[in-house]
Amino acid sequence: MIIARVIGTVVATRKDPRLESMKLLVVRPVSPEGKDESGYLIAVDTVGAGVRETVMIVQGSSARMAGELKDRPVDAAIVGIIDTVQVVA
Amino acid sequence: MRIARVIGNVVATVKDPQLEGFKLLLIEPMGPRGPQKPLLALDGIGAGPGEWVYFCRGKEASFVWRPREVPTDAAIVGILDPAANQAWQSRWQAGGNKGKTV
Amino acid sequence: MILGRVVGECVASQKDPSHEGRKLLMVQPLTLDGGDQPGPPVLALDAVDAGIGDRVLLALEGFSAMTAVGRPNSPIDAAAIGVIDTVDITDPA
Repeated sequence: MIIARVIGTVVATRKDPRLESMKLLVVRPVSPEGKDESGYLIAVDTVGAGVRETVMIVQGSSARMAGELKDRPVDAAIVGIIDTVQVVA
Repeated sequence: MRIARVIGNVVATVKDPQLEGFKLLLIEPMGPRGPQKPLLALDGIGAGPGEWVYFCRGKEASFVWRPREVPTDAAIVGILDPAANQAWQSRWQAGGNKGKTV
Repeated sequence: MILGRVVGECVASQKDPSHEGRKLLMVQPLTLDGGDQPGPPVLALDAVDAGIGDRVLLALEGFSAMTAVGRPNSPIDAAAIGVIDTVDITDPA
C-alpha cells in the first residue's frame, strides 16, 4: 500500500456499469513526510475520503477485496484515512 | 518477496472494516543502491520498527489471513534473523530515509 | 518467469507458517545475456534445492510460485522453480 493525498475528483457519466455509484478520486503519492511525489492515480473511495485528506491506497487485485469492490474493474482503492505517520527507525 | 526495513508506524482511524485490528507499518524496501521509496504493509508476523523483514506483494499478501478477505497488497511475512543476515545487510547504505526527503 | 541468479540465502526464524521448511533464496533477476537486471534482488522460496551461484527459473506470480512449493493459498509471490542448465538463443534479433 502507499500513502497518497486526495487532490481531486473525477466524474464519468459513461463508464463500465460495474463502476456505477463508485466515487472516483484523483490521488497523488506522497512521502511519509507528506511531500508530493510524481505521478497520480485514479482510485475508488471506499471510506468516505475527501480532497486534501491523506489516505492509504491498495493496488492491484487486492484492491477488489475492499468495500463493495468485488468483481468490479478496479485496480486502486482508498482503504483508509491516515491520522498519523511516525518514522521511528 | 522483497527485503525491507521497518521504519515506522501509521495510524488510520477511518478505514476498511476488514483492516480493523491490524498493525500498519511503514517499510523501506531494499534496492540495489540502498533504500527505496517507503510503502505501507500490514504486519503478519509481529514485526516492529528497526527490524529487517521480508514482505509479500500482490493479492498473495492477503493470504496470510485467509479465508478473511483483507484488502492489502503488501504483508510482512517474516523477520530476518540479525546474526544470520549480517553479511548482506552490511551492503545496505547506512542511514536510510530517516530525516531525508524521499 | 525470468532467469535469476541465486546471490544469497536469508534466514528468518519467525515467518509465515507456509514458508517453514523451504529455503529463502535471494535471487537477482538476469537479462538474457546473463547480466544483472537493474532492480534489487527478490526473495524467492526454493522449490528445486537451488543454492548460491545457481541460475534459476524464477516465477514472479503467486499461483505458479505457491503451487511449485506445494503451499497453495499462501502468501508467496516468488519461487525458484527450476535450475537452469543451458540457455540457447538461436535467433537473437
